[in-house]
Amino acid sequence: MNALLELEGVGARYGPVTALRGVDLTVEEGEVVAVLGANGAGKTTLLRAISSSVRRSGGIRFAGRELGRRSPEGTARLGIAHVPEGRGTFVDLTVAENLRLGAYTRRGSMRDDLARVHSYFPWLRDRARQQAGTLSGGEQQMLALARALMQRPRLYLLDEPSLGLAPLLVAEIFRIVEELNRREGATVLVAEQNANAALRAADRAYVLEVGHVVLSGTSDDLARDEAVRRSYLGY
Amino acid sequence: MRAASRLLVIAATAAVIAWLPLQLSDYNRMQGASVAVYFIAILGLDILTGYAGQISIGNGAFMAIGGYTTAILTVHHGWTDVTTIPLAALAGFACGVVVGLPALRLSGAYLALLTFAVALAVPQIALNYSGFTGGNQGLPLPAHSGLWLYAVSWAASAILLVLAWLVLRGRTGRAFRAVRDSEIAAAASGVSLSIHKALAFGISAAYAAVAGSLLVLVNSFINPQMFGLTLSLYILIGAAVGGLGSLWGVLVGAIFVQLLPSGLQSTQVFHAAESVPVIFGVFLVVVMLVFPGGATQVLRIAGGVTRRVTRRRAAPEV
Amino acid sequence: MTVAKPTLEIPRSPLHRLPGGSQVIVAAFLLAGCVFLAIGSARSALFAQETVSGLASGGIYASLAVALVLIYRATEVVNFSQGAIATFTTYVAWQLMQWGISYWPAFVLTLALAFVGGIALERVAIRPVERASQLTVVIVSIGLLIAIEGAVGWIWSSQIRFMPSAFPIHPIHLGGVSFSLEDVGTIGVTIGAVVLLWAFFRFTKIGLAMRASATHPDAARLVGVRVSWMLALGWGFAAVLGAVSGMLAAASPSVLLQPSMMDGVLIYAFAAAVLGGLESPAGAVVGGLAIGVTLNLLASYVGFVTPQLLLPAAFVLMLGILLIKPSGLFGRPKVRKV
Repeated sequence: MNALLELEGVGARYGPVTALRGVDLTVEEGEVVAVLGANGAGKTTLLRAISSSVRRSGGIRFAGRELGRRSPEGTARLGIAHVPEGRGTFVDLTVAENLRLGAYTRRGSMRDDLARVHSYFPWLRDRARQQAGTLSGGEQQMLALARALMQRPRLYLLDEPSLGLAPLLVAEIFRIVEELNRREGATVLVAEQNANAALRAADRAYVLEVGHVVLSGTSDDLARDEAVRRSYLGY
Repeated sequence: MRAASRLLVIAATAAVIAWLPLQLSDYNRMQGASVAVYFIAILGLDILTGYAGQISIGNGAFMAIGGYTTAILTVHHGWTDVTTIPLAALAGFACGVVVGLPALRLSGAYLALLTFAVALAVPQIALNYSGFTGGNQGLPLPAHSGLWLYAVSWAASAILLVLAWLVLRGRTGRAFRAVRDSEIAAAASGVSLSIHKALAFGISAAYAAVAGSLLVLVNSFINPQMFGLTLSLYILIGAAVGGLGSLWGVLVGAIFVQLLPSGLQSTQVFHAAESVPVIFGVFLVVVMLVFPGGATQVLRIAGGVTRRVTRRRAAPEV
Repeated sequence: MTVAKPTLEIPRSPLHRLPGGSQVIVAAFLLAGCVFLAIGSARSALFAQETVSGLASGGIYASLAVALVLIYRATEVVNFSQGAIATFTTYVAWQLMQWGISYWPAFVLTLALAFVGGIALERVAIRPVERASQLTVVIVSIGLLIAIEGAVGWIWSSQIRFMPSAFPIHPIHLGGVSFSLEDVGTIGVTIGAVVLLWAFFRFTKIGLAMRASATHPDAARLVGVRVSWMLALGWGFAAVLGAVSGMLAAASPSVLLQPSMMDGVLIYAFAAAVLGGLESPAGAVVGGLAIGVTLNLLASYVGFVTPQLLLPAAFVLMLGILLIKPSGLFGRPKVRKV
């Protein structure tokens, strides 16, 4: 059976600098997969390559079909929701408008989707009219995730959701990711520097170093791995 | 291009320019003088926009200042027309610096906007104070032969070109280019932004003023309509088509802007006069889309190609 | 182990830390101005007429100013050809009327044509230079100005034409003073157009997508918005507003239908847009009305301000604003990214 997402020999360059080379990666439907690595390892570039935000070489298959040369909006319409680094919230617009934009490509009424989103983030209901830019960092991250939910995507790409957040909020975000996966069978690929939080939420993980996959396996195996423990888990 | 061959081309061009009037009718000599007028104006704009990176669409207004300085001094105060030119340049310089002051705080589109407004506003002022300026009816000026006009305007062009070249290759020129490429880096390296921006505007306006004086002499007439928005725009076209940031481009641009309209008129294609702006406009857009570096870019590409071809012929690879 | 839901505080983001002082001063100034106009109009019929007349001209400037703001917000281009586009569409309207179509159908048809034309222009001339330098973009916009204004002269010649008015020449009496129906109608049409557009942006999905595309194009793409088409739509709407401005201008007695018709209006519109802050449509409207009224009153009451000096006056005003507060009355100061 075909995995939902298959990367084969994917590479990406920024001018003369190679950010990714020869990356092989798969994500099965209903899995949570983490991509770990230090700053500059290429995690963000990997997600951008998948969402077509950056030009890449190599093959990417999504739901069995080749993802040829496409625009980011085209990839989004295929059912890939990319929550970028820095969240990409529309800071000038209200919370409600941000959510509406999440549902941009969907037809029909938003009511069911909104109800769903409010079940994960009940506090959003009262803030509908608030300008997104006035939310705190943690709230904006949740809003970004909520917006992705509105898209009803087949695949979530989360780029460093823990960036800049206090440990309590990080735990909260990953709890929601787990809940999403449990309740709806959501497929998630999350890039994270915070290996602890990521491994706890993920089924499998890959470790990227200098744009290349150096290690992969189930999150339990990786958590026990000596090298991973020393470099990424801090003990 | 190597220095020697460059000098050769310059000498050849100068020779052609000097020889040409002997072959032309009086009318065509005046045309030639008009090319020189555009040459000087475009040169001024090139210094400001091409080298110092300040967008300005108002040089027609400075031409008006030069033109009216000459006209008023000649007609109302009896000066000999040629002697008014240095004073016109000075007046232009002063006005340029004044307009340049806002440039210190503005950049890009805002500056273009401001200079656009200047271009439209100055003729209106000239129209208003018709006591001095002769208003709509204008003022007549002493006439001169085509040969005299040609000689004077090209002599002025030569002098101004040499001056420009000296300024641009020196410290000032380097400072201008620094300001153009990155204001923040320039300021951080100790280049005074205020002085150099004001200077660039001043020099550019002085050049435009000289061009304005000569324009008025060529036409032996002055009125506000001569200095409308169209003039400023045509100077910009000449500079852009020739290639901003290149002194060679200035000549190409001047020839293009002056001679294309008359050329079209004589071929009787497309109702001539009225189609000129459309052709200019479309041409300008297309040039910017395909060759933003103007004719200079085209020449450079052509030069590169021919060099590669000749090299290959001379030294076959083993 | 369940983690207790943390309470999330709402710190005020820097976006809200606007210089409260300047907003208050601006509001006070505008209020004072309105009071002045009201008192003057109550005391003098002529003053009232000139004010209304000024508001009508102001409406024309405001429409074009909002068009400029739309384009600047969407594509960061100062569109020097906006006036020429307005002129062209006005001539098209004139031509439709020459062919026998009556006024309001011709008006609406022209708006539709303007919309399509604006989109086409963006696709053909602006999209290719999306990533080019400011200079290149300015030159392209000027090239368009020359080409379009030239096209008007070429197709219809520079002979002055007569544009029928939408409104019968017929005074309207309010509070004992007679105003020209033309003026009142112009104000009405302008307000209507601007309000319709505002509603579109505020309440429709595409309007939302356009707003998102203008300020956060990358994030918009990630939710599936075809950003580049949204920008084209911005040009389309701008062209429509320009057409409204042009047709109202041509109908007014002080403006003649000729190729250079909108040159002056463009400057006033720029001054209005700058006054309001190049990114604020509301500011552009207020700016346009303010300029219209101020210039008209100046021309009527202040001796040395002749019609020829109005344009330089607008220039001086624009200069003043750009020097003192370049982000305009309603704008936010822009930080220069290194």
